Amino acid sequence: MKSPVITAQDLSVRVDGREILHKVSMAVQPAEIVTIVGPNGSGKSTFLRALIGAVPLASGRVERAPGLRIGYVPQKLALDSALPITVRRFLSLPRRISDDRVTDAMSRAGVPGLESRQMTDLSGGQFQRVLLARAILERPQLLLLDEATQGLDQPGAAAFYQRIEEVRRDLGCAVVMVSHDLHVVMAASDRVLCLNGHICCEGAPEVVADAPEYRALFGTGTKGTLALYRHQHSHRHDADCEHDHSHGAD
Amino acid sequence: MLDDFMVRAALAGVGIGATSAPLGCFVVWRRMAYFGEATAHAAVLGVALALALSSPVLPAVILASLAMASAVTLLRGHGYAMDTLLGVMAHTALAAGMVAVSLISDARLDLMAFLFGDILAVSRSDLLVIWGGGATVLGLIAWQWSNLLISTLNPDLARAAGVDPRKAEIWLTLALALVVAVAIKVVGVLLIAAMLVIPAAAARPLAKTPEEMAAGAALIGGFSALSGLYAAYILDTPAGPSIVCAASLVFVVTTTVRALKARKTPRI
Repeated sequence: MKSPVITAQDLSVRVDGREILHKVSMAVQPAEIVTIVGPNGSGKSTFLRALIGAVPLASGRVERAPGLRIGYVPQKLALDSALPITVRRFLSLPRRISDDRVTDAMSRAGVPGLESRQMTDLSGGQFQRVLLARAILERPQLLLLDEATQGLDQPGAAAFYQRIEEVRRDLGCAVVMVSHDLHVVMAASDRVLCLNGHICCEGAPEVVADAPEYRALFGTGTKGTLALYRHQHSHRHDADCEHDHSHGAD
Repeated sequence: MLDDFMVRAALAGVGIGATSAPLGCFVVWRRMAYFGEATAHAAVLGVALALALSSPVLPAVILASLAMASAVTLLRGHGYAMDTLLGVMAHTALAAGMVAVSLISDARLDLMAFLFGDILAVSRSDLLVIWGGGATVLGLIAWQWSNLLISTLNPDLARAAGVDPRKAEIWLTLALALVVAVAIKVVGVLLIAAMLVIPAAAARPLAKTPEEMAAGAALIGGFSALSGLYAAYILDTPAGPSIVCAASLVFVVTTTVRALKARKTPRI
């Protein structure tokens, strides 16, 4: 097995005295697609932000492969209309990026030719794709996506994930994404990680979908998630998970 | 030439207008208008401090503004309702500063000069402070430009690109305190925030990129200073407020032109 691009070891995060993440450990292999699912308030976004170093760790550590280039697509990017900025300028921040690179990334992300448009004039789908283009500009070895399809309709989201798979195939980067589009995402993932403050269960999509911890969180019929999976076992709760599996209020 | 008070006033006005405006762009983009106000109002506390210690005014004002800016920055993100808190802090600083000044001050001190500026009394050494301070601020902003911009757009994007958004914020705070300190003489404590926000807002409709907006704001700031000063001379009105009014007029013009254009060519 190759050495992982990024490793989280017993990572805990506290925000205002409340423990958001408790001893989360995971490693991402090169070119692997890992999806993180979990209810609202389960710490999914916090986990991604901890990986890029945006939140202080209460304990544990994050190890990156030497010289690791990370592309990041944030959950929400509310651009203030008081700030005029073209797509081209947005992509050239904070470092100047050559025209060739921009053109290449824009076409890979599926939004060629939008360079001179204002960011605030873009449609939701275009905006997300420009964010993706930005994330892959410097040919990252690791792509982190935090609910990147928020605000997209289902065909839009499906097309977006297809783009991601293409990007992974062409650039060979590992992908870690947080998502709510369970069925689409799980089908596209190599590995699924079910998070609720800690890692409830993880493994191949079929395995996780069958795991009692996962079912306790998402039920058996949510959003047609399990339509992908033929055999449904009877619902049961295992006792090997010490905490409450209620849908977190956030 | 520098012997003429009008020439010195014009140079001071252009210096302040052209340096506060690009900084003001960040104030507008980061929705910090009230933050700028609090920082400016704290300057009165600095004046009181300088009087109490019989020390030079400039360093004391920089110190007070920095203290206020740091306090606000620290409190932000700790669950306080910023809007209310800034309002409380800004006006408390202003009121407490004025009370303190009147308690300490001898009869010679003209509080009005600090509140509304006294651009016609700018001396050669004031000019040196204004242009020196202005150049420092512009240098700081230019040096941190990309980092500030990406941190303003999204702190997490900055992190992912290897930029520490907190560091950028510290530089911005420092620049703000400097501008406030050197601008007191020109427009006064009460109207500094206006010179930060109005030229930047006036430049917004003309700009397609952040750089265009900053350059436009600097031009508008300088132009407002000159035309405001001229109007004050002709109409015999107070100089500081006239400069701010000139900037507001430019704002009305650019915003109206933009609105009319948008009506003619609907955006796709």
